[in-house]
Amino acid sequence: MRYLPLTPEDRKSMLQTIGAKSVDDFYSDVPEAARLGGKIEGLPDHQGELAVERHMAALAGKNRTASEGRFFVGCGAYKHHVPASVDHIIQRSEFLTTYTPYQPEIAQGTLQTLFEFQSQVAALTAMEVANASMYDGSTACAEAALMACRATRRKQVVLSGGLHPHYAAATRTVCEAQGIKVIQLPPAVDDELALKDAVTGDTACVIGQSPNVFGTVTDLSPVSEAAHAEGALLVSVFTEAISLGLVTPPGEMGADIAVGEGQSIGNALNFGGPYVGLFACTQKLMRQMPGRLCGETVDAEGNRGFVLTLSTREQHIRRDKATSNICTNAGLCTLAFTAHMTLLGDKGLAQLATLNHEAACDLADALAEIDGVEILTPRFFNEFAFRTPMDAEAVLAQLDELGVIGGVRASRLLPGKKMDDVIICAATECTTPEDIAAYAEALTEVL
Amino acid sequence: MSDITTVSGSRGLQQREDLIFETGCPNKTGVDLPKPKGTKSRLGGVTRKRSTDLPGLTEPEAVRHYVRLSQKNYAIDLGLFPLGSCTMKHNPRLNEKVARMPGFSDIHPLQPQATVQGALEMIDQLATWLKTLTGMPAVAMSPKAGAHGEFCGMMAIRRALMARGEIETRTRVLVPASAHGTNPATAVQCGFKVDEIKANKRGRVDMEDFRAKLEDSSDIAGIMLTNPNTCGLFETDIREIADLIHDAGGYFYCDGANFNAIVGRVRPGDLGVDAMHINLHKTFSTPHGGGGPGSGPTVLSEALADYAPVPFVVKDEDGFRLIEEVDGKGEDAFGRLAAFHGQMGMFVRALTYMLSHGADGLKQAAEDAVLNANYIQARLKSVMTPAFEGHCMHEALFSDAFTAEGIETLDIAKALIDEGYHPMTMYFPLVVHGAMLIEPTETESKAELDRFCDALESVARRAAQGDESMKGAPYLAPMRRLDETQAARKPVLRWTPPSPEQIAAE
Repeated sequence: MRYLPLTPEDRKSMLQTIGAKSVDDFYSDVPEAARLGGKIEGLPDHQGELAVERHMAALAGKNRTASEGRFFVGCGAYKHHVPASVDHIIQRSEFLTTYTPYQPEIAQGTLQTLFEFQSQVAALTAMEVANASMYDGSTACAEAALMACRATRRKQVVLSGGLHPHYAAATRTVCEAQGIKVIQLPPAVDDELALKDAVTGDTACVIGQSPNVFGTVTDLSPVSEAAHAEGALLVSVFTEAISLGLVTPPGEMGADIAVGEGQSIGNALNFGGPYVGLFACTQKLMRQMPGRLCGETVDAEGNRGFVLTLSTREQHIRRDKATSNICTNAGLCTLAFTAHMTLLGDKGLAQLATLNHEAACDLADALAEIDGVEILTPRFFNEFAFRTPMDAEAVLAQLDELGVIGGVRASRLLPGKKMDDVIICAATECTTPEDIAAYAEALTEVL
Repeated sequence: MSDITTVSGSRGLQQREDLIFETGCPNKTGVDLPKPKGTKSRLGGVTRKRSTDLPGLTEPEAVRHYVRLSQKNYAIDLGLFPLGSCTMKHNPRLNEKVARMPGFSDIHPLQPQATVQGALEMIDQLATWLKTLTGMPAVAMSPKAGAHGEFCGMMAIRRALMARGEIETRTRVLVPASAHGTNPATAVQCGFKVDEIKANKRGRVDMEDFRAKLEDSSDIAGIMLTNPNTCGLFETDIREIADLIHDAGGYFYCDGANFNAIVGRVRPGDLGVDAMHINLHKTFSTPHGGGGPGSGPTVLSEALADYAPVPFVVKDEDGFRLIEEVDGKGEDAFGRLAAFHGQMGMFVRALTYMLSHGADGLKQAAEDAVLNANYIQARLKSVMTPAFEGHCMHEALFSDAFTAEGIETLDIAKALIDEGYHPMTMYFPLVVHGAMLIEPTETESKAELDRFCDALESVARRAAQGDESMKGAPYLAPMRRLDETQAARKPVLRWTPPSPEQIAAE
């Protein structure tokens, strides 16, 4: 048992020091009826590295990876290239195997990276302050709804029809439990501005997304104006962080809270997690924020250092009056994000965003030429929706047989919403001209 | 040592490192990307007006930045990390290798399910391990951390009360005073009211107080109880607690943060538990990563199984399939917790850990964790004050009763830093004065435990003697004691460019 350093002799001498006959003594408080005699049935015994690796590799081998074919899936998670150094940085023992930085004198590594992360997220979203991350974009969105209700003392939120349906569902779950009314606008490719007509004096916040789940980019300024006129807040959501290198960021649209998914920067697809939720807001709302915050201070000798701060908002101090129950956040994914962002810089980010946009433009042009294909998304970044003359599920299955993973059928995210013929597809810097040509060729064949 | 000043600001291997905003610049980059073609924009004018001004660094600069910062961190790989309630055990590197296999890391959550059968089978295998180890019939895999798992379990209870038509009346959740802060915070987030139960002199639930709370039980929704509890003790009356809460019409939520102590020795399902989250980042060794990512699968009893959130994996004649909607097979689900299907990267690591240990190794790990904690308690009880009599489970808890006036737990913690250790959990649980909670885990050798005990013993003696120099500790860490009050009074949460006046002043 390669992970257990105690020898049988150690155990014996330690029991002697303790004054116990056997480890059974330590379990004497367990009700007798619940004590297990031998080991648990139905599970194998320990195995060496080779056997375990083989078992896991066999499972991994049954999956088709994004890199092995033509791949166009987006909708909240994106295939991007992550620089090799990022994975080396996050595997440094001192980052990988440490805990939440509760003892700042021996955690400045983590704390300084969190401070840099918060500064980067604030700059990226053009907001005033950001926290040290949430679990992912969807839970950040749900927390934003709760925060808006706290800040406005109102109990109603309005969700746009372009909000990622999983984000909407996660938000509904937390709101329902607290008696917050959720008004969901009908799904629509290009109707983010409908939010401005839905605001009333009872609304705590409206939640809009750009680029939205259909890929549409929208300047939400008219929505923030309408919301503010009624005393409500604008929560501006994004699922593709790289878009902010090119697209109008939340802070330039008058957003009060900006939330989004940071996976695209530094983090692999990982079948949906772990990812990193980005959360930023105005200075005015700072003390209403959920989650960890890292702040600057000095040590006893006057040197600059960093600590976790404003913890009086948090569960370990405030208990039942905390702003959120969140404890662990996205630690290492945060580090991956900040390391990749540091390698990009403003120049690299803008260039990367442009490459993504150009790949999507080329893809849209190629697909638009196919008979029966109608591009639905009027303004897009790296993702768009299109209508096919056939059922989308059948189209995607046939594309798959031709080696093309062509996107997500809208009805998988929005069942029963008459979107059976809509496919949402994405292109990134990883998409080659050959990929695009292969997609167009395969789709022509299928249709 | 601290009176030597250096020109560079570095101190030997401790390198000074400024912020990227001070060393990088927006025009510098560590990536080489192809030049854009100049395609006509399809953004419809929805474009960024002001640049991000984010600083960039080349790869050598960036790598050096993060490596220098890393050396200012303590970590499990450097030494014993006795943070009670956090289970800081060794993180096996095979887990990291497997998690990076492209078949797990390079697959998209929304690609066709026929192309990810291995991923769904992996989730199903992990679910089987978790259900078997806990003796529970169902598990919700999507919670993203422990607190998220608590939320999942309490939402399942909420949904069950709704199905019984009692959600309006059953609003009270009992929570022991010793509970993690996440428990009361979660109960409130699920729309419940918290009613605190006292601890008895033995550090367990005060049964008299508990029974009194149940006298009028018509508004009882349930109890949230950690077991082994936050004092590092097994709740002796747990079976009776379960029976009483069930008789009162409520449900039993067990906080599984301390499951590491009992894996293979006790199954929570045999204790009457209705819901329990499992921190894969504690018990099953996925790395803590400086505060995440975690993963908190939540096992559910028969009474709650139908209310598990979407998505979940089922197996039928066509293979594995995800139920993603609150409809059909998922019609009773309480909803969705988050986008996609859970912390896959953590699942892979946890299953790798389980396969490596096997049923025999997991049991041995639990026993060694408990043995190590009892050894620490035994070695230190003559100089420190154990909070309670008798053996402990996987963590040893001391109060500050042994310290001289003027020396407090914080000073002991900071002095331990100078001895080369991360401090224990301080001031938690709240029911013990100046609490020091020490959890060594099973991955420490006897020699490491002895070295740690020698260090803590000497620090404890100094505390008992009232050694005033401890108030200034740490002296040997990368930084001296940090001013947390100033940080909170005038929060500076981001870098801002220096003003022209500041630049002129320099």
